[in-house]
Amino acid sequence: MNSAFDVVVVGAGPGGIAAAAVAAEAGARVCLLDDNGRPGGQIWRGYRSETAPKYPHGREFLKWTSRLHRTDCDIWSGWRATDQPAAHCLRLESDEETRDIQFRSLVVATGARERFLPFPGWTLPGVTGAGGLQALVKSGLDPRGKRVVVAGTGPLLLAIAAGLAGAGAEILGIYEQAPRSRLLTFGLSLAALPQKLIEGAGYRRKTLRAPYRTNCWITRAEGSTRLESVTVTNGRRQWTLACEWLACGFHLVPNLELPRLLGCRIADGYVSVDALQQSSIAAVACIGELTGIGGMDKALLEGQIAGLAAVGRQSAADALASRLIPMQRFARKLDRAFALRDELKTLAAPDTVVCRCEDTDYSELMECSSWREAKLHTRCGMGACQGRVCGAATEFLFGWQHSGVRPPVFPSSVSTVAAKADLPDAIPLS
Amino acid sequence: MRIRSSHADNCGPTSLSRMEQNSNMSDLFSIDVNGRQVEVAEGTSVAAAIMATHQACRLSVRGEPRAPLCGMGICMECRATVDGKPHRRTCQLLCVPGMEVVTE
Repeated sequence: MNSAFDVVVVGAGPGGIAAAAVAAEAGARVCLLDDNGRPGGQIWRGYRSETAPKYPHGREFLKWTSRLHRTDCDIWSGWRATDQPAAHCLRLESDEETRDIQFRSLVVATGARERFLPFPGWTLPGVTGAGGLQALVKSGLDPRGKRVVVAGTGPLLLAIAAGLAGAGAEILGIYEQAPRSRLLTFGLSLAALPQKLIEGAGYRRKTLRAPYRTNCWITRAEGSTRLESVTVTNGRRQWTLACEWLACGFHLVPNLELPRLLGCRIADGYVSVDALQQSSIAAVACIGELTGIGGMDKALLEGQIAGLAAVGRQSAADALASRLIPMQRFARKLDRAFALRDELKTLAAPDTVVCRCEDTDYSELMECSSWREAKLHTRCGMGACQGRVCGAATEFLFGWQHSGVRPPVFPSSVSTVAAKADLPDAIPLS
Repeated sequence: MRIRSSHADNCGPTSLSRMEQNSNMSDLFSIDVNGRQVEVAEGTSVAAAIMATHQACRLSVRGEPRAPLCGMGICMECRATVDGKPHRRTCQLLCVPGMEVVTE
């Protein structure tokens, strides 16, 4: 089955929802598609309109989902974009079928994932991402009575700990690798965005029973068949905590696979866009975390700008663009404040798995000099996640750059890969 | 979610899952995880249901047990067979009544 739309939005987080809503409100035929079972992305995962006001950013969820649902926007949940079989066309796959979808304008809002770093024991069941555990709890996992250590880096650690504590977990500690001095400088620099400080203070209030320690990081996780304890260090001494879950993530990296496949120019780890969110590829806008890790407010604003631009309302889009400047500054400050310390490069032991799909261990990678060589000689990055996990890890550990992306950008069925682009001639594309 | 064991020797029921925003007592139903009935709230992912049974999802190339890592469809560690289809990413899949899940 094939379909054609004026605007296709890939990714139904806050940015994608805003882009789709404003474009559809202007009368365009819009399709909003997402890999997840429901719209909302990660921040609004599992939110429902009846109870959303009680949860962080629930009011924005209500506002934007009700705007979206008042339009005729097509919402396709459970679909992933795997390829671009022709110009102005994406190939999609669900668990059941394959479709090609045509667009005049495309808005890519694929968000970010956590960066994971290998340390002994990180593959044990019970060790999850920090955002990973939060996503699982938002998806119905019961954390009540579980002892949880939260570790890694980034502003999300506090929000995640607060969410887990609110859902009944016992938070044993929050261990942030960044030095205290850098976080203080970062906090002081947020005078222009006081709501961010208020938000952070609110999360801390909800986790006061757990220590929040800067300059601390995990050195290993242990257990026979699943996690039983973790060891934490401050660089001078180490201590061990018995726990059921370790929620550990090292800030976020953008999901660049689709923009790379489309040929969008990328600089310093993010998609380069102009003031109207347009990438270097005609008719392709990129928004949200793809252009800088800045969170929901930035994504909502960039989504509106891209959605308005996609339907030709340039002046309305222009009017919003100036409000982005402090948010873009905030994104750059986050990257600096939560930059990774060098000690984290030395956590993996020779036999620590780095590529979890292919079980490639650290000693095998030490023999290699590039990502390409590692792929060819060790199969690192060649498994089911296509390097989404070990790619960001080896970029930090070894400084390897990953540029090329080949379709399909998600594991696909053979029939999807082999399908011939079958596009109706009747739909003229400008 | 509540684990309802079909085998007397299975580990006991865990508490009822009530991530409040997801739960509405009338929306509870059961799915089958490796022969065990697991009661879940509407909106629960299959990965969350598997984790509640304390079982791993898959075995790695070397045979290590693996369980969900990213929770958002990226890492592929939560793959399991659902309704006869192998390699489904269970963190992106919502439970539906009567679903049958088999892990490695």
